[in-house]
Amino acid sequence: MEKILENIKRKPTATRDAYGEALLALGRKRSDIVVLDADLSGSTKTGKFAKEFPDRFFNLGVAEQDMIGTAGGLALAGKLPFASTFAIFETGRAWEQIRQTICYSNLNVKLVATHSGITVGEDGASHQAIEDVALMRVLPNMTVIVPSDGNETKKAVEAIADYYGPVYVRLGRSKVPTVMPEDYKFNIGKAYTFHIGKDVNIIAMGIMVAISLEAAEILREKGIDAGVINMSTIKPIDTETIIRAAKSCKLIVTAEEHSIIGGLGGAVSEFLSEHYPILIKKIGIKDNFGCSGPSDELLKLYGLTPENIIKTVQNFLEENKKAGK
Amino acid sequence: MKKYITDSVISTLKEKARYLRIEVLRMLTDAGSGHTGGSLSAADIVTALYFYKMKHNPENPQWEERDRFILSKGHAAPILYAALAISGYFDRALLKTLRKLGSPLQGHPCSKMLAGVEISTGSLGQGLSISNGIALGLKLDGLPSRVYCLLGDGEIQEGQVWEAAMTSSHYRLDNLCAIIDNNGLQIDGHCCEVMHIEPIVNKWKAFGWHVMDIDGHDMKAIIEALNKADNVKGKPTMIVARTIKGKGVSIFEGKVQYHGVAPTQEELEIALKELKS
Repeated sequence: MEKILENIKRKPTATRDAYGEALLALGRKRSDIVVLDADLSGSTKTGKFAKEFPDRFFNLGVAEQDMIGTAGGLALAGKLPFASTFAIFETGRAWEQIRQTICYSNLNVKLVATHSGITVGEDGASHQAIEDVALMRVLPNMTVIVPSDGNETKKAVEAIADYYGPVYVRLGRSKVPTVMPEDYKFNIGKAYTFHIGKDVNIIAMGIMVAISLEAAEILREKGIDAGVINMSTIKPIDTETIIRAAKSCKLIVTAEEHSIIGGLGGAVSEFLSEHYPILIKKIGIKDNFGCSGPSDELLKLYGLTPENIIKTVQNFLEENKKAGK
Repeated sequence: MKKYITDSVISTLKEKARYLRIEVLRMLTDAGSGHTGGSLSAADIVTALYFYKMKHNPENPQWEERDRFILSKGHAAPILYAALAISGYFDRALLKTLRKLGSPLQGHPCSKMLAGVEISTGSLGQGLSISNGIALGLKLDGLPSRVYCLLGDGEIQEGQVWEAAMTSSHYRLDNLCAIIDNNGLQIDGHCCEVMHIEPIVNKWKAFGWHVMDIDGHDMKAIIEALNKADNVKGKPTMIVARTIKGKGVSIFEGKVQYHGVAPTQEELEIALKELKS
């Protein structure tokens, strides 16, 4: 754990930057890759691919529904499309196109959205997607991936190119610490377990993985055995790891930069309620819209901090003590 | 190989269209539900595409050199199914399973269940974007195949259609030919009463398309327009086809109420009498 925490402060990378580079590298290897954007290629970093392969890059302008439909058509023509814009516009504005055109016909289209969550910052609520995982998870045939850092993003991009079917990848705006080991092998549908704890296990996604690792370290110093799991594939979710974690401890905490409704917490709760009921506390956005502000202040405002995770765990353990458990 | 438009070619196609209309009405009556008016109004256009214009191979629905047909107005599925059956994509006997549980002939076309359907449609406004994507892919690969997209007129009320319209001309998709089945009616009434869409021709011209305005039941005019589209360079082509909803059967023609209603057994008998005479 110590080594991970050492690494945490090193090499912060924005997952969208890792995407831009990985996509370009992929585009150099595979001529069937085409990229689409909706006027945000500077921000999503698809612009890197666009610069080198202008003939394989299609800007649809501020028209996300058209972007998704066009990506579908390109897939029908035998191409491997990556379509990007901000998460709220990709999954919100074009939700029905994703359902009807991409998922229902099971087209091989990769939807990689950036600027998810409240860490979008100053742009405010209209641009802060807190529902995107819920919106994509509910679609049949969809795979949902939330990489935790730049390293995992790069590997996820490579993995999804070799996987047939609709995929949604959720990326962020800000630089995030690197938490995954250098030799980490990303597999769709497989969570990464840092540690299984006997008191509590924190199942986290995206930026909350690093934050959970910090919380776990502080809990350990207080004598509380807290495990951390990076659940980078939300659908299909790694049920084996969830059960193993639940059976090992007294409390599951889920942590996401997303609404507590329908995202990672929802997915874990749905599964455990049927297979191994255990108390679950969800760290996430409590059914509110975001707002403008610097992203580190927003994280504090919405309780997406190590402190809030620690408090949640400690409160549970105290209540348990009182109840004589 | 040039296809000369002789009187014989025209009358053969007209006969084919009549036959397709009969199949459409039979399958809808068997199903007990479905979209009568809009399937009949599109019959001549779809006949011209499947039996004259498009390069396709019923024995090989995925033939790489085929032209593509996207039924953006997916509710007209019966006319597509009739065209596919009569072309030989599947046994005609399957037509009476329309909309039944387990049938590959879903209420709206499903590409995963029926070979010959390029893409599932049904939710209006999405087909033109998809057509653009295919056209772009074909151009990237330098393939000469063409893409035909059939839209409804009520359908062009969907904003996505106009997003796609911008894309088609921005990317100079001259391998794309769209057709509007302009029968003037939608579900809640006449288009001009519900949400006006005219001037259709001027709108598409303003979006950078080459536009033709034809009688959608004049087989000669249809195939002349489709042929002309081949020679339009640097722009996509839009054929605005003025049609009559329910065309071919007097009791259905021009009637709003036959949008999403199948013929009764009695209505079918009247219709067949008219079509067979």
